[in-house]
Amino acid sequence: MYSNKWIGSLYITPFVIGFLLFTAFPFVASFVLSLTDARLQDQLGAANFVGLSNYTEMAADSTFRQSLGVTFAYVFITVPLKLAFALFIAVVLNFKLKGIGLFRTAFYLPSILGGSVAIAVVWRFVFAGDGLLNQALAGIGIGGVNWLGEPTTAMFSIVLLRLWQFGSAMVVFLAGLKAIPEDLYEAADLDGASRLKQFFMITLPLLTPVLFFNFIMQIVQAFQEFNGPYIITAGGPLKSSYLLPLMIYEEAFKYFNLGYSSALSWVLFIIIAVFTAVAFWSQKHWVFYAQDRDDKGGH
Amino acid sequence: MASSLNPADHGWRKHLPVINAFVRYGLLILVGFLMIYPLLWMIGGAFKNNAEIFSSVGFIPKNPTTDGFINGWKTSTEYTFATYLLNTMKIVVPKVIVTVISSVIVAYGFARFAIPGRKWLFALLMATVLLPKSVLLIPQYLMFREFGWLDTYLPLYAPQAFATEGFFVFMIIQFMRSLPLDMEEAAVMDGCNSFQVLTLIVCPVILPAIISVALFQFMWSMNDFIQPLIYLSSVEKYPVALALKMSIDVTEATSWNEILAMSTIALAPSLILFFLAQKYFVEGVTSGAVKG
Repeated sequence: MYSNKWIGSLYITPFVIGFLLFTAFPFVASFVLSLTDARLQDQLGAANFVGLSNYTEMAADSTFRQSLGVTFAYVFITVPLKLAFALFIAVVLNFKLKGIGLFRTAFYLPSILGGSVAIAVVWRFVFAGDGLLNQALAGIGIGGVNWLGEPTTAMFSIVLLRLWQFGSAMVVFLAGLKAIPEDLYEAADLDGASRLKQFFMITLPLLTPVLFFNFIMQIVQAFQEFNGPYIITAGGPLKSSYLLPLMIYEEAFKYFNLGYSSALSWVLFIIIAVFTAVAFWSQKHWVFYAQDRDDKGGH
Repeated sequence: MASSLNPADHGWRKHLPVINAFVRYGLLILVGFLMIYPLLWMIGGAFKNNAEIFSSVGFIPKNPTTDGFINGWKTSTEYTFATYLLNTMKIVVPKVIVTVISSVIVAYGFARFAIPGRKWLFALLMATVLLPKSVLLIPQYLMFREFGWLDTYLPLYAPQAFATEGFFVFMIIQFMRSLPLDMEEAAVMDGCNSFQVLTLIVCPVILPAIISVALFQFMWSMNDFIQPLIYLSSVEKYPVALALKMSIDVTEATSWNEILAMSTIALAPSLILFFLAQKYFVEGVTSGAVKG
């Protein structure tokens, strides 16, 4: 609306300062730190330049390999399951049923609360030896499982917590579904296309922009999972839920290895960057944007 | 439902819409139950005695007691839970205010002005949304240590005064772009400068977006854990999130009802706000994806 460049620049000055001071500078500094042996308790001047040795050290670090493995397992299980479930429930909710508002509220609420420490604490009690889940299983005659004490099941509790929060992805899918013009389905009905066929030929293609958005958001979020392993499982047992963000935190603030921790955080950054870059690059092959929306600029 | 419009339908197919609706409601009710039950169990458990929590899956307490609340409120520290609730507000309230103000100002710049390098700056803004926070954690910690800000609340909200949360700026930009410009142009004709246009014309109109941002930031700040964990070292400054984590470390084996009671209190503000303002949460979360 306004063409005066300098007044406009004034309005975005807070962002430019904040970006330089709290994002760009720490981002670069973190890479520089990853090339040193800096320790938390020392002055920064005491740190020595060690080249890439923090990165080569990782290759031999069995804890890192374990952490990387469980992080990928966690993301690859949680994100597809969550998206599939969110889409499924959104499709079911999108039929004109009575009381949809009530269901939507119930499904969305856990997304808003689920990130809190209070919910993580409740989750610990649900999965505890004498917790809710084992009591319920005992009620139908199934013996208790030591959910948080077994390496094979501890991660399950975190995965389930995040699946429980499928609501925000569902709300986004639901908004996408509502934007699909009704007449497309009416035409398909006249052609005798089955419901299933309509889903794959109409719903899914037109929903790909929303699916893309949800996929990026969920991937970025899942790779940064911290509260679950820190509060519910403490990364254990036997590091079976020792996700990378927890390892980064502990290396820095428990073992004081700032250099090594910074190197780990850069590995996490590169993993997330590769996933988002591949997703953005691949979108021209599978994401369909409607004609009237090609003015959407730099999204 | 379309299948009922077909006159060729006969036999059991006639009942298909009914069966269909039945299956759908059954599924929705089952999923809804699983969603809500952990919360009901938490609230119910807060009013049970410990023996009952360990022995029944039902959420309605047989012998309701407020012991959990009374003992939990005292906490195992020298401070009551009120201290931790107050500390949380000392972080959350300034954080929400500076986030809203800075995000609105920056979004206005992006949405209404021809800024040199606008495209690049916008790309940087979006990149901050995707950048993992853990890569900034250690340098930010060292920086705030140099500032002498450790064990204060400043690291928890000072960066937000500079529109560092790109998601919120983006939300408001999207909202501003969807508005017609007539009112703003008329105000300029009447001699308003751009800042007056922002405060007098734009802000009242984008109020729904402002409320969405404030609510999301409120919820996220209530839930924030790793930042207070790193920056705060004295117990007297702990917010609820840290106090709860501390209480499970100290008393987990014995007093589940106290911890469930304090968890209930910790979630109460978010629960109430969610029920009062659900539509703003829905609009907020969908603005980036669908209007995109």
